[in-house]
Amino acid sequence: MSDPSSLPPMPLLTVEGLVKRFGGVAAVDGISFTLEAGQIMGVIGPNGAGKTTLFDCLAGSQLPDAGQIRLAGQRIERLPAWRRTGIGLGRTFQIPRPFPAMSVLENVMLGAKDQAGERILPNWVAPGRVRRQEAACRERAHELLTFVTLASLSHAPAGSLSGGQRKLLELARALMAKPSLILLDEPAAGVNPALLEIIIERLLAMNRAGTTLLLIEHNIDMVARLCRHVLVMANGRPLAAGTPENVTSDPRVAEAYLGGAVA
Amino acid sequence: MSLQFLADGLLAGLLIGLGAIGVTLTYAMLRFANFAHGEMMSFGAYVAWSASFLLSALAGTAWPAMGPFSITAAVLLGGLAAMILTAGLALLLDRLLFRHLAGRGEAITLVIASFGASMALRSLIEFAFSSSPLYFSSDLQIAVRLGMGIRVTPDQLALIGLTLCLLLAIHLLVTRTQAGRAMRAVAENPTLAAVVGLDVRRVVGLTWVMGGALAAAAGTMAGILVQIRPNMGFDFLLPLFSAAILGGIGSIPGAILGGIVIGLAEAACVQFVGAEWRAAVAFLILVLLLLLRPRGFFGEAA
Ligand SMILES: Nc1ncnc2c1ncn2[C@@H]1O[C@H](COP(=O)(O)OP(=O)(O)O)[C@@H](O)[C@H]1O
Ligand SMILES: [Mg+2]
Repeated sequence: MSDPSSLPPMPLLTVEGLVKRFGGVAAVDGISFTLEAGQIMGVIGPNGAGKTTLFDCLAGSQLPDAGQIRLAGQRIERLPAWRRTGIGLGRTFQIPRPFPAMSVLENVMLGAKDQAGERILPNWVAPGRVRRQEAACRERAHELLTFVTLASLSHAPAGSLSGGQRKLLELARALMAKPSLILLDEPAAGVNPALLEIIIERLLAMNRAGTTLLLIEHNIDMVARLCRHVLVMANGRPLAAGTPENVTSDPRVAEAYLGGAVA
Repeated sequence: MSLQFLADGLLAGLLIGLGAIGVTLTYAMLRFANFAHGEMMSFGAYVAWSASFLLSALAGTAWPAMGPFSITAAVLLGGLAAMILTAGLALLLDRLLFRHLAGRGEAITLVIASFGASMALRSLIEFAFSSSPLYFSSDLQIAVRLGMGIRVTPDQLALIGLTLCLLLAIHLLVTRTQAGRAMRAVAENPTLAAVVGLDVRRVVGLTWVMGGALAAAAGTMAGILVQIRPNMGFDFLLPLFSAAILGGIGSIPGAILGGIVIGLAEAACVQFVGAEWRAAVAFLILVLLLLLRPRGFFGEAA
């Protein structure tokens, strides 16, 4: 066998020719890109460009009509969402929706994967192991809540959180499964400036700890601070790609944002 | 005034509550009313009776009663077997029937399917065991006076104790394990649960297992308390649904409290109005609820 270190690094995420139609409309219409492990990449584009639908296909909430998605070499475009979270794909939502009646802590714990206590039987035949895992899970959820500055609200019902706090809660829940890649859908939208700084700083900390990030964001300053690569979408299609400086100075991008999407 | 209805109603209500847990959870997750849930109770009672009968036959003699209770170790083991087999039956119904139909939308299809399953199971039970009632024990129980006109049999006390143990186990499962959290999450919002990465199918399977086992326990205890008949589960259906709706669909504590309310109301009706009106109580409560507060008393905002 050849020495694996001599091979070029395999991209963490490869998307090829992805298409998703709703009725006759192609919300995602032939998107391809690759994401190296450790990168932070941005996805920008006007409203309705298909960014969220792209994430839905990547995370498994929607099945694409065509195209391939590879995560660490493995084809995932047909896997259900829970299998994808199980192999390292995390996700937060543009409109965060926690389980409102459950506590903040429980919402985070729901993100854990491969718990013995997920099945009925071990709960009765190996209660010791389940209890130890449960304690570890609770501990980790507490740490993550501290990380996203929500520790003091652990026991509040998640329904009582503000929009910005819900975004932080989602971040903690997604981190619970120890993902190698997190898809973040507008993590800064509707968040007050103080919380925004916390979110940016936490995202950078996550990335330093080895997590790859793919980020939909309208806040160009934030994109410029976080990302070295940006993909611009309009009408479901790739419009431009490059560094934040390059794409923001691209006249087609300005036109897509100002004059509505090019037809 | 005798407060006897409190003792009778509490136990009957706890049994209704145990049965209603499965109803409320599957209703919340799959959005349909499972009419076959009552038959899971009957099925459980018949399995428990058969298993304890077999155990006695194997031993060559009746197992000795434990202390003042008519319940023998054979009946307890039979109840355990009933919980396991009924959990299997619930899982089988899910695999063969509900899972396939659930994918095709239309809640009414599922309701009709469960109605069919209910009739088929009831006929099967009647075919195998005839419609004449069976009894776990023919021993006469001597009631103990608790004061305020309340008299309870040792069996009633034992069953209340057993039910409380079961409720404690459920409470621990639901609040202290990943399976329980996932069940509550799926009951709260199945679509959301799927997109955040929960294996909804497996959680639904777990819920059938738990709901089936609890229905079997409730059916067995109802059988110990009164008698076993092919229709016993079907007669429980209205109280089960009333309890589930009273407690708020999807809420486990709600199902228990709703069950206790229905049980107490039924027992009070029997004591103060007349036994012939008993069956009307759950119906009346259900209609009033649907008119006045369809979300139930403990349910969360939709
Ligand atoms: N579930 C859906 N059913 C039908 N149309 C949808 C659905 N989700 C998104 N769309 C449509 O797809 C297009 C892209 O939407 P979206 O991916 O949310 O864009 P973005 O996130 O870039 O604002 C829009 O025209 C939207 O109306
Ligand atoms: Mg969007």
